Amino acid sequence: MKNKLPWIPIVLTAAALAFLGLFLLLPLAAVFIEAFRKGIGPYFQTFADPYARSAVRLTLLVVLTAVPFNLIFGLAAAWAIAKFDFRGKGLLLTLIDLPFAVSPVVSGLLFVLLFGARGWLGPWLLEHDIKIIFAAPGIIMATMFVTFPFIARELIPLMQSQGTEEEQAAMVLGAGGWQIFRRITLPNIKWGLLYGIILCNARAIGEFGAVSVVSGHIRGQTTTIPLHIEILYNEYNFVGAFAMASLLTLLALLTLAVKSLVEWKTRNEQAAAVIGGIE
Amino acid sequence: MQYKPKNVLPGFGLTLGYSALYLCLIVLIPLSALVISAVRMEPHQLWAAMTSPRVLASYRLSFTTSFAAAAVNAVFGLLTAWVLVRYRFPGRKLFDAMVDLPFALPTAVAGITLTTLYAPTGWIGRLLEPLGIQAAFTPLGIVIAMTFVGLPFVVRTVHPVLEDIGKELEEAAASLGATPFQTFRRVIFPELLPSLLTGFALAFARAIGEYGSVVFISGNMPMKTEIAPLLIITKLEQYDYEGAIAIAAGMLLLSFVLLLTINLMQRWMLQSRQTEAK
Repeated sequence: MKNKLPWIPIVLTAAALAFLGLFLLLPLAAVFIEAFRKGIGPYFQTFADPYARSAVRLTLLVVLTAVPFNLIFGLAAAWAIAKFDFRGKGLLLTLIDLPFAVSPVVSGLLFVLLFGARGWLGPWLLEHDIKIIFAAPGIIMATMFVTFPFIARELIPLMQSQGTEEEQAAMVLGAGGWQIFRRITLPNIKWGLLYGIILCNARAIGEFGAVSVVSGHIRGQTTTIPLHIEILYNEYNFVGAFAMASLLTLLALLTLAVKSLVEWKTRNEQAAAVIGGIE
Repeated sequence: MQYKPKNVLPGFGLTLGYSALYLCLIVLIPLSALVISAVRMEPHQLWAAMTSPRVLASYRLSFTTSFAAAAVNAVFGLLTAWVLVRYRFPGRKLFDAMVDLPFALPTAVAGITLTTLYAPTGWIGRLLEPLGIQAAFTPLGIVIAMTFVGLPFVVRTVHPVLEDIGKELEEAAASLGATPFQTFRRVIFPELLPSLLTGFALAFARAIGEYGSVVFISGNMPMKTEIAPLLIITKLEQYDYEGAIAIAAGMLLLSFVLLLTINLMQRWMLQSRQTEAK
């Protein structure tokens, strides 16, 4: 019996698409339908609320602080790991991944143990009137911890695959370190870097568990956008909660679009390199 | 080319030093705070806090629901990867890109959305209710939320391996008289197994720690639908620091064991792919 079973692909495709539809498309549609349930007016009213505005402001502050620090770290770590050989590289790679393995709630708890009122530095901070927990610095640090690996993880394999030949050639031609990085390395990694930043950005804006532990939920002061969504939802203000959620959902969709663009660009560049005989 | 000195490039000391410093400040010192706090507790006190009935119930719930969600993802992730690699249909690229949505979508958004869908009055909850199934505010709801957050892992680990296998092996098996099912079970599945298990472990690890998407749908009843991360927050709100530290230390230990397992499995995956390439 020659097994030509034409119905198998159809059944399998239908099952896979039903799964993806149920778990991805339906929730995606639900966010926007719930947000616009009462029309356009109430949707936009959500963003006029002063608490919503302060949540957006705090989230921007957190992201604009945490992401640049993680960006500098990502670039430095990728340069050291991809361009040089040294002992303990495997260990360093494992340590960079650690925050991925830690539950967001535990991540938040770490900073409470360090800076909380009963934490190690708590009494000293209290004496000097510095607030970290239940204030912006704690939220920023917890976010930095949770989003720590993203940019480094994106750049390391990319830079490793590119090797060091181009940089060494530039070196022989008399370029300085900064010049090599700006003129050679940066153009080579720009797409991966862009995706790393966007992903880190999206995760920093959306972080919930870790921020929830350190924030204290002081409305208008220490609530980020996700925490504001939680408050609105628990107050049965579903239109408000989903309107704020729709903002973050658009950001997630943008992240996916950039990812697809980056994959497409790198494939094209690789193909061009193969055709050009460089490989 | 082994003699080639790699270290003629500048900036090694600076970048490695900075990376190590930043790693210590943001990751290692905070983590050691938890470890030292746990070690400084009286052993019997730590043990009692780790093994109280409510804590054990939360561990059991977290473990079983995460396992169930990872199993669902293993089956449907494999199916999805297979369909995306092997079949051509309109919208395939869109679905391929959408698989990563749970990575990018904030967990709180996923949480309120899934709860709204699966609540007894929601689009799906309404259909389940006549069947006597309640999803929201039960362990089933927790599994649904965890399935959502873990969805990309199996697809993304299996996808590249499946692409590498190609159709030749299958055609060879078919020409030797194997049925499609036999070909899959004897030829393709063994090739996929390392990546499938890696994806399963990644999805499981992610589900164990998950908080934002679960907390809305779970109902949070002590002993029944209270996951371990939520119990940490409850303990903190009651100023029971020792209790929170004990649960967190247990979870951290479990995460490290999982991380180690995943690393070993990835090495195994890489090896089996390299031997295949030879």
